[in-house]
Amino acid sequence: MLWFILRRCGSAVLVLFLSSVLIFLGIRALPGDPASVMAGQEASPAAIEAIRKEFGLDKPLPAQYLDYVGQTLTGNFGRSTQDQLPVADILAERLPVTLELSLLAMLVAIVVGVGAGIVAAVRRGKFADYVATGFGLAGLSVPHFWLGLLGILLFAVTWRVLPASGYVPFTEDPAGNLQRMILPALVLGTGFAAILMRQTRSAMLGALSADYVRTARSKGLSEAKVVGAHALRNSLTTVVTVLGLQLGALISGAVVTEQIFVIPGFGKLTVDAVLTRNYPVIQAVVLVTVIGYVLVNLLVDIAYAFLNPRIRLSGGSRD
Amino acid sequence: MPMAGLVLVVAFVLLALIGPLVTGDPAAQDYLATLAPPSGAHPMGTDDLGRDAFARIAHGAQVSLQAGVLSTLLAMVVGIPIGLVAGFYRRWLDPIVMRLVDVTLAFPFLVFAVGLAAIIGPSLKGVVLALGFSQLPAIIRITRGEVLAVREMDYVAAAIADGAGDGHIIFRYVLPNCASPLIVQATVAIPAAIIGESTLSFLGLGVQPPTPSWGVMLTTAQQYLSDAPWLAIWPGLMIALATLGFNLLGDGLRDVLDPRSHR
Amino acid sequence: MSLLEITDLKVGFDTEDGLVQAVRDISLTLDEGEILALCGESGCGKSVTAMSIPRLLPPATTRLSGSIKLDGRELTTLPEPEMRQVRGKTVSVVFQEPMTSLNPSFTVGYQITEVLRRHEKLSRQAAAKRAVELLELVGIPAPVRRMKEYPHQLSGGMRQRVMIAIAVACSPRVLIADEPTTALDVTIQAGVLDVFRDLRDRLGTAIILITHDLGVVADIADRAMVMYAGRAVEQAPVAELFANPRHPYTLGLMKALPSAAVNGRLAEIPGMVPSPLSDPDECAFRDRCPRAQEDCALSRPPLTRQADEHLAACFHPGGQS
Repeated sequence: MLWFILRRCGSAVLVLFLSSVLIFLGIRALPGDPASVMAGQEASPAAIEAIRKEFGLDKPLPAQYLDYVGQTLTGNFGRSTQDQLPVADILAERLPVTLELSLLAMLVAIVVGVGAGIVAAVRRGKFADYVATGFGLAGLSVPHFWLGLLGILLFAVTWRVLPASGYVPFTEDPAGNLQRMILPALVLGTGFAAILMRQTRSAMLGALSADYVRTARSKGLSEAKVVGAHALRNSLTTVVTVLGLQLGALISGAVVTEQIFVIPGFGKLTVDAVLTRNYPVIQAVVLVTVIGYVLVNLLVDIAYAFLNPRIRLSGGSRD
Repeated sequence: MPMAGLVLVVAFVLLALIGPLVTGDPAAQDYLATLAPPSGAHPMGTDDLGRDAFARIAHGAQVSLQAGVLSTLLAMVVGIPIGLVAGFYRRWLDPIVMRLVDVTLAFPFLVFAVGLAAIIGPSLKGVVLALGFSQLPAIIRITRGEVLAVREMDYVAAAIADGAGDGHIIFRYVLPNCASPLIVQATVAIPAAIIGESTLSFLGLGVQPPTPSWGVMLTTAQQYLSDAPWLAIWPGLMIALATLGFNLLGDGLRDVLDPRSHR
Repeated sequence: MSLLEITDLKVGFDTEDGLVQAVRDISLTLDEGEILALCGESGCGKSVTAMSIPRLLPPATTRLSGSIKLDGRELTTLPEPEMRQVRGKTVSVVFQEPMTSLNPSFTVGYQITEVLRRHEKLSRQAAAKRAVELLELVGIPAPVRRMKEYPHQLSGGMRQRVMIAIAVACSPRVLIADEPTTALDVTIQAGVLDVFRDLRDRLGTAIILITHDLGVVADIADRAMVMYAGRAVEQAPVAELFANPRHPYTLGLMKALPSAAVNGRLAEIPGMVPSPLSDPDECAFRDRCPRAQEDCALSRPPLTRQADEHLAACFHPGGQS
């Protein structure tokens, strides 16, 4: 187990290292002098010179890379070219918004997706199965942003039961916050619920026809225990794996959802930064995304190992 | 169900290939009929500049099809040789390639797209590159897996023992075996690319106006949601139907072509 | 009255090709402490017959008729909640596949104590204590350590013993063992059979042993029923059956035993089992039978008494050679 976690940590560090190199080189692949790129289009020569000093942009590339890593590790991502605020402060303000949205969406996806998947598998070939499977296919085929637009059209424009957009911090107005977050979370969660439902259903069908489930039935256990303990426990590894694999899509989905609902989160920051060529922000945003992604994947791997005694006890690879 | 999928896919391809020929100019503006609801002259209505939504839908289908097919082709052209080489030269290249594949998998698709858009500017080219790159790991893994599986087969082992060259093995045994899983993979990748293209274009990171793309159309629609809701309905419905078609077709093909998915 | 009485059992399954009749008109009895062997080739209906007793066949597609009485209580119509009281407690099963029949995500200890806590309402500690005793009973060394292990850490023989420990945990009246030794080495086989014998002697458990291995039948069973194409073709006490096999199919099975090999070659029974989809009124074994005559095609031979307690379904049974 320890060996397994260490190996996963090792490969996470490797990914982070390679990503930082890619990002570092990416900024330098831009046409023009990196210092003026980082300073923004309307920067004065003095400002450009200050940035060149701060980030050591006159040194050779390897030394620049070391400087860059050093600055990053101390939380210095430079200043936004739009408003000259430190990028680190902007991130600290935007990240919690996106985290809340993602967690709520994840909650929707797990409750709806896993629940519907179990029901569909248990009621295979019955009405409930067709409903869930149909919902799964539809959820898979409908793009987030269209679902978002339809949601706004129905709930905000036609029925006027929810606000169309905007954001209030949870700490200021919890009810208002949830009222504004519920539609985005549903929209973002639907696609994942569909994927989770399909995977849970297929994993549960496999588990329900497994010999060990027949053994569980032969013990005289209740159907709730046979399904809920014996079959579900073996399907959970699939669910966790799918959650890990879909993380990238969740990040992409959050970006789009924030754009539609005008939520001032990390995703909206990303899009705005690209559209205004705000390179210090782009650089930080990409790096933070990769770090978050790698960290959560690491957690998923560890959860996976905990669920699967074969890995937990032997430290073997899951491939 | 797979037949319904095939019908949707064929309809989508026909719309992309023939639609632009029969509909009018997607850029023609009619200032007397802006944001007009669907009518005989404009079956899907018009947008804020009085452009015919149906013409733009048809041309948008072409963009979607390009993004889907080109990115998948790109991923295959680059990925299949890498997978073959990794599978054949297990000792040296394989560990390196597979590590790189892991790293690629660690990048969320949107991060690529954002990075590319930042470097080369938002365009269809950037979208295709980003989509193709994000599909690479799957293609490499499938091809490499088939190489490893095929090499284990008795008749291939016999051919290798008889001194058959790597080229012979690749073209005679490996590639024919890769065909089925790669076709199935394409039915997964193409709809993902269609959604990916429209998402990026919607965000302004992909195809740029005035080029008609379903994503771009939805960006416009968002601004006029309460005045012209039909503008939001059509492009989204098209994306959903095209994607649904590929998904249904893919489910059907998987049952036929991929014996491993059978329970 | 016998402990278990099965009368005119018919079991079919709905499939895409129509109704597949797996078991046709099986009647049998089982007494306390008796070991009955059900033998025959794969697909002859022996497992389906046995699995109908605890009703472990897929309910959606199974079509069952006839009567199964345990201690005079009809099981085929028993409501499901009461049936769950029977499963694992009165009737328990040892399955064929030791590698896949244990749940990979739970410890051995959990899987044994689960059934004890379900039926005997034992506390966690009491159940654990009893589980260790059970592991000892089935001959697993270091049982306390094994309790905390997962199935993948055990060998096939060990897993089969754990399965048996689960099956005997609540001292069942009837134990169904479906090919319990097929997946195991010969040396481990003997040990498993000893556990069964011991169980019968100590608790008076009646055992239905499903096997295609007549060697195992000769070793442990009191009585045997030979099945072919869903029907019983011969039934007799084991000593009588081996001394005087009447049905040509039984004879064929015995010739296929390694100990009966002539010049190191096993005798095969030529031909194929008939399709379970159709059931013409003729002897199902006719096409493969060395003794087949014209009358075998005219009607189905009924199961008739050949000697005391010896039944066979053949128009031309073998003599008392």
